[in-house]
Amino acid sequence: MPEKNESGKLPESGLTGEYQYGFVTDVGADSAPKGLDKDRIRFISAKKNEPEFMLEWRLKAYDHWLTMKEPHWAHFSYPPIDYQSISYYSAPKKSSSGPSSLAEVDQEVVRTFERLGIPLSEQKRLTGVAVDAVFDSVSVGTTHQKELEQLGIIFCPISEAMTKCPDLVRKYLGSVVPVTDNFFAALNSAVFTDGSFCYIPPGVRCPVELSTYFRINAKDTGQFERTLLVADKGSYVSYLEGCTAPVRDENQLHAAVVELIALDDAQIKYSTVQNWYAGDKEGRGGIYNFVTKRGKCSGRNSRISWTQVEAGSAITWKYPSCILLGDNSVGEFYSVALTNNRMVADTGTKMIHIGRNTRSTIVSKGISSDFSSNSYRGLVKVLPTAQNARNFSQCDSMLVGNNCSANTFPYVEVENNSATLEHEASTSRISADQVFYLQSRGMSKEEAISLLINGFCKEVFKQLPLEFAVEAVKLLEMKLEGSVG
Amino acid sequence: MLNIRDLYASVEGNQILQGLSLSVQAGEVHAIMGPNGSGKSTLSKILAGHPQYKVDKGSIEFDIGGTMKDISAFEPDQRAREGIFLAFQYPVEVPGVSTALFLRAAYNAVARHHGLAEMDPIDFDIFVREKMKILDMDAKYIDRPVNVDFSGGEKKRNEILQMAVLNPRLSILDETDSGLDVDSMRIVANGVNVLRGKRNAMLVITHYQRLLNYIRPDFVHILYKGRIIKSGGPELALEVENRGYDWLIKA
Repeated sequence: MPEKNESGKLPESGLTGEYQYGFVTDVGADSAPKGLDKDRIRFISAKKNEPEFMLEWRLKAYDHWLTMKEPHWAHFSYPPIDYQSISYYSAPKKSSSGPSSLAEVDQEVVRTFERLGIPLSEQKRLTGVAVDAVFDSVSVGTTHQKELEQLGIIFCPISEAMTKCPDLVRKYLGSVVPVTDNFFAALNSAVFTDGSFCYIPPGVRCPVELSTYFRINAKDTGQFERTLLVADKGSYVSYLEGCTAPVRDENQLHAAVVELIALDDAQIKYSTVQNWYAGDKEGRGGIYNFVTKRGKCSGRNSRISWTQVEAGSAITWKYPSCILLGDNSVGEFYSVALTNNRMVADTGTKMIHIGRNTRSTIVSKGISSDFSSNSYRGLVKVLPTAQNARNFSQCDSMLVGNNCSANTFPYVEVENNSATLEHEASTSRISADQVFYLQSRGMSKEEAISLLINGFCKEVFKQLPLEFAVEAVKLLEMKLEGSVG
Repeated sequence: MLNIRDLYASVEGNQILQGLSLSVQAGEVHAIMGPNGSGKSTLSKILAGHPQYKVDKGSIEFDIGGTMKDISAFEPDQRAREGIFLAFQYPVEVPGVSTALFLRAAYNAVARHHGLAEMDPIDFDIFVREKMKILDMDAKYIDRPVNVDFSGGEKKRNEILQMAVLNPRLSILDETDSGLDVDSMRIVANGVNVLRGKRNAMLVITHYQRLLNYIRPDFVHILYKGRIIKSGGPELALEVENRGYDWLIKA
């Protein structure tokens, strides 16, 4: 759980307010010209001083991407993206290969993160959280590195990991989400510029929350970050991710890939609070959040938990999933997705049961208001090898107002008769009568809505580190203000 | 304590209250009776500040800190914190929120307003169980979501429990007897009687006289077409029971 930092302020995860994080930082940027071809990929790889195998890997992904079609099967439509009008690399100036210490980071960038509630300087940093801050295409600073190193934990920008521990990167990168997996994952593999890498050695319980904070700043830039997290035997790590972007009229693409690997008896808790800019009331602008997140419980008794609060982005399209390969492994997915104005969310999970006695839990809470659309889409798949697999799924939708929609698409494929699957679903509505009822007992309208949302989402919120849960409630309250009654 | 003067009020463009006047003092229990559609529920909602109900004319004055203030423009939560309580005819279900959490949030909101100490869950649990004992209520549903899967009787008892927890100065009971069997009604009425006192007043809105056998009013008012057409003592309720409303309406 994050503790208070020295200024007494809690880490805010950049999450309160109408959209307080819409500002642009005026910082000289070192950007690649728009467009994508093999030279551009060589440029990125060279910028990062990557080993040769990485360039080959990227080019292979690119070749495959060229053969793929942009997917349009989901429960929403978006205009085709012009991949030649995006810049695939943007870094704040003076840090062409990533800054080697915080002193080298542009002070404007440091101030940006401070405005977002993420202090990077050694004096002010959060005591309970180690942060890797990613600004457009590069990591601009990672805190707590020394303390973590003493435990043998590697937590650094992924670009740094390529030279620091190339064997680990080579072994695990793409092992959960292969370059051929899907259109956006292939694109990401070809062009990703930074992200976080984390390795927890055997038997180590990571004493702080590891956190990456993603910030898109530059215009016409896509953010393609890559996160790779490996928990070795018997280790434990809790990881948090936060995101914001400036207010812009154009849509911006964010196509990240996150891969988690848990070996025997290891446990990974991965929490996301996503508040990318969602566009205005009419649906102009906002981030396309097309993300591939997948974890592999490759070891026995391993456990991967995804917890997400998705409250931003014009379109969110993601399915944090678990491949339950190891016997007795456990996959969990706890999600709150809130949509308002014209936002669209199509999110859910895939639980692939392969090992024996594997268990999975899915709790999805969708809140839609205004003219938004919110879908849960999930797959529970039990392979013939998965003797005694168990799944419990609960998908609840809450509607606020009459113009929004909520959909649930649960897919089930069972190839082993010993499996036990349970599915519950409900749809409810925050009504003006409920709000009046609570108000007539003395609670303010804000308290009333907060209590109702808390009640609806509590199974998910209790999975979040406490302060993040508090922030998440506040964020949802703000977003819903004016939508009820 | 409460002074309603020449009140006209409407909901969705229909004017329901048409010149209602009523004065209530601390310690009094007033019964409001009337046929369907006479404006009984509108009166309760307009007093509690339901956003769909609008005051067109007249005033609602309530004693706040010793002075009578017009509360027509107050938000429902402001009114509640000043001591107005509405026991709903149809209590609303609040899924996911436990009754204990709900009661404590309400109690603390009111306490905060009056500069009193808020209660933590442990102290509150002791406090609320004490109240339930006084009201002869089963403690089992304190952990269940508010009103979800409650029987009609349980919902009404839950309203009275909320009243006991918040200890309001003015309680409005909106058809609390509707849908109750005799046993439930007796439990509810006992609860109300326990909470009667010199400093608080009650407005008991009911269609039938039978509740008034258990909660004995000081005054009875007959509401018809949005105004009070007759007032009297408890005997007026008995007369309505025997003769119906027609003789009053025609008179």
